[in-house]
Amino acid sequence: MSTLVLVPLLVPLSLGALLLLGSRLPIGLQRAIGLGGGLIFLAAALGLLVQSIQGSVAATLIGDWPAPYGILLVCDRLSALMLTLTALLACASLLSATDGTDTRGRHFHALFQFQVFGLAGAFLTGDLFNLFVFFEVLLIASYGLLLHGGGAARTRATLLYVVLNLVGSSLFLMATAMIYAATGSLNMAHLAGEFAGLEPTDAALVGVAGMLLVTVFAMKAALLPLHAWMVPAYAAATAPVAVLFAILTKVGVYALLRLLILLADVGPDQPMLAPLELILSLAAVLTIAAGSLGVVASARLRPMIAYLVMVSVGTLLAGIAVGTSDGLGATLYYLIHTTLTTGGLFLLADLVAAGRVQGGRLLIGDQRQSTRVLAPLFLLGALAVVGLPPLSGFLGKVWILDAVKAAAPVSGPVVWPWVWGAVLGSSLLVLLGLSRAGVLLLWRGRDGEPARLTVSPRSAAADRSRPGALAATIGLLTASPLLMLFAGPLTAYTLATADQTLDNNDYVAAVAALVPTSEAVSARSGGLQP
Amino acid sequence: MEWLFAVSIGLLTGCGVYLLLRARSFSVVLGLLLLSHAVNLFVFAAGGLSVNQAPLIGRGSPYADPLPQALALTAIVIGFAMIAFVLMLALRALNDLGSDRVDARRGDEEQ
Repeated sequence: MSTLVLVPLLVPLSLGALLLLGSRLPIGLQRAIGLGGGLIFLAAALGLLVQSIQGSVAATLIGDWPAPYGILLVCDRLSALMLTLTALLACASLLSATDGTDTRGRHFHALFQFQVFGLAGAFLTGDLFNLFVFFEVLLIASYGLLLHGGGAARTRATLLYVVLNLVGSSLFLMATAMIYAATGSLNMAHLAGEFAGLEPTDAALVGVAGMLLVTVFAMKAALLPLHAWMVPAYAAATAPVAVLFAILTKVGVYALLRLLILLADVGPDQPMLAPLELILSLAAVLTIAAGSLGVVASARLRPMIAYLVMVSVGTLLAGIAVGTSDGLGATLYYLIHTTLTTGGLFLLADLVAAGRVQGGRLLIGDQRQSTRVLAPLFLLGALAVVGLPPLSGFLGKVWILDAVKAAAPVSGPVVWPWVWGAVLGSSLLVLLGLSRAGVLLLWRGRDGEPARLTVSPRSAAADRSRPGALAATIGLLTASPLLMLFAGPLTAYTLATADQTLDNNDYVAAVAALVPTSEAVSARSGGLQP
Repeated sequence: MEWLFAVSIGLLTGCGVYLLLRARSFSVVLGLLLLSHAVNLFVFAAGGLSVNQAPLIGRGSPYADPLPQALALTAIVIGFAMIAFVLMLALRALNDLGSDRVDARRGDEEQ
C-alpha cells in the first residue's frame, strides 16, 4: 500500500476544482496555484521514480476493495518514467503560459490541471475500464485547451479531433466489453493470467478485441491511416497547449505497449493476432515516410513540427514492434528525448513567429535581436530532432536501428531493411526541411546576405517581455545535451524499465500482493467469489 | 431475446456509421449519438442477458452480473456529456466557419 501514488491524481484534481470555482481570482494567483500544483506533481513523480529505481512496484487499492474488483493504481518503472515526463512538460508549459497566453480565454489553468489529472490517471491505472475513463478525462480537458484562444482554425481542428476521438472511445468500450465477456475481468494484472489459458472461442473474441484496441491506441498515437486529427490540432493549438500535447501521442504509444505485452499471452497462433507485429512495423514505416514528406512540404513552422511528432511516433513504434528488451530500452530512451525536444520546438516556433507579420510562415522575416538567442536554440533543437551527433537523437536512433537489426533472426529478414531505410531516409528529409526553415527564418537577411545582428532597444525590450516562454524553451531544449551527458545511467534505467515491463511478473506480483487493510472488507469479498 | 438484442445493436451501429460518414456536422452528431447507444447496449450485454434477476449478490437466488451494468452506467454518463459537448462545438463551428460541412475550408489561414 503506497499513498504516494495518490498524490499525482489528487493534487491536480483538487487544484483543478479549486481553479474552476475561483475563475475570477486574479490571474497572478491562478498562475501561482497552477505552477505550485505542477511543482508538487513533479516532486511526487520524482518520488515515485526514485521508489521505482529501488525496484519496488507501488500499488494501492482505492476504497480498500480487493484487487480484481476494486479500482487500483499501480506505479512501476514505466509509469514513473511517463509521469516524470508529463510533469516536466507541464511545468515548462505553465511557465511559458505566464507570458499572457493563459489570459486569451477562460479557465486555462483549471483545464490544464484536469488534463494533467487525466494523463496521470492513464499512466497509473491498473484497470482497462479506468484507462477508458481517464482517457475521457484527458480528452475532454484537451478539447477545451485546444479551443483556448478561439479562432476559426482552432474550431475546425477541434471538431475533427473530437469526432475522431468519440468514434475511438466507442471502439474502446466495445473492445472492453468483449474482453470482459471472454475473461470476466478487466484488471490488467489479472488479465495477464487469464489470457494464457483461454478456450479457443474466447481467445478469438479476445483477438478481435485486441485488434480493436490496437486501432484505438494507434489513433491516439497518430499512426498513418489514423493520423488525420493530429497535424491540424498541433498546428492550431496555442504554444503552451501544444507543448503539453507532445505527451498526448505518447499516451497512445504507452497504452499500445501495455496492450501488446498483455496480448502476447493469448498466443501467437491466434489468427487475428498473428500478423500484428508485421502490421505495426508496416504502419511504423509508412508513418515515418508520410511524416518526413510532411516536414519537407510544410509551409509553416508549426505544422512542420507537428509532422516531426509523427515521424517520432513512427520511430517509437518501429522500436516497440521489435519486442526485445533491447529494442524497448532504446525506444524508451528515444521517447524521453523526442517528447522534450518537440515540446521545446513548439515553444520556439511560437517565439520565432511572435515578431513576424506572417505568423511563422516560412518567409524571409524581419531580422530581430531575438535571432541572436533563437537561432542557436533552433540549431540545437534541429540537430537533436534530426539525430545528428553529439545530441541524444543520434544515440536514440542508432540504438533503435541496432535493436531492429539484432532482432532479424526472430522477426525475419524482411522487416529490418525497411525500418532502416525509413528511419535513415526520413532523417535526411527532416534535415533538409529543417535546414530550409532555419535558413529562411533565422539566418538569411532580406537581400540574401547573412543577417547582421544589430541590437535595437525596442526589439530587445520585446524579448524581455516573454521571459517565461524563453526560459521554458531553453529548459526543454537543453534536455537533449543533458540526455547525452547522462546517457550511461539513463540507458541503464530504460533497459531495466524495458526488462520489467516485458517480464510483467513484478507488476502482477505487486497487484497479487495487495490485500485490503480492513478485515470487514476481506469478509465482504468472500461473498464476491463466484 | 438474444437475436432481437443483437439485431438492435447491429441496426443502431449501421445507422450510426452511415450518418457518421455524411459530411454535415449535424448528421455526424446524430451518428455519434446512435453509435453511443449501440455501445451502451453492447457493454450491457457483456455480462450475459437474463430476465428477472437482480444485480445483487448474496441473496441465494441467481443474480445478474452487476459489473457490466455499472460500466454501462459510466459509459452512458460520459457519452451523454460528450454528445452535449460536440453539439455545442458543431454550433460554434457553424458560427465560426460559416458552413456546417465538417471539412469547411474557411478560416484556414487565420491564427
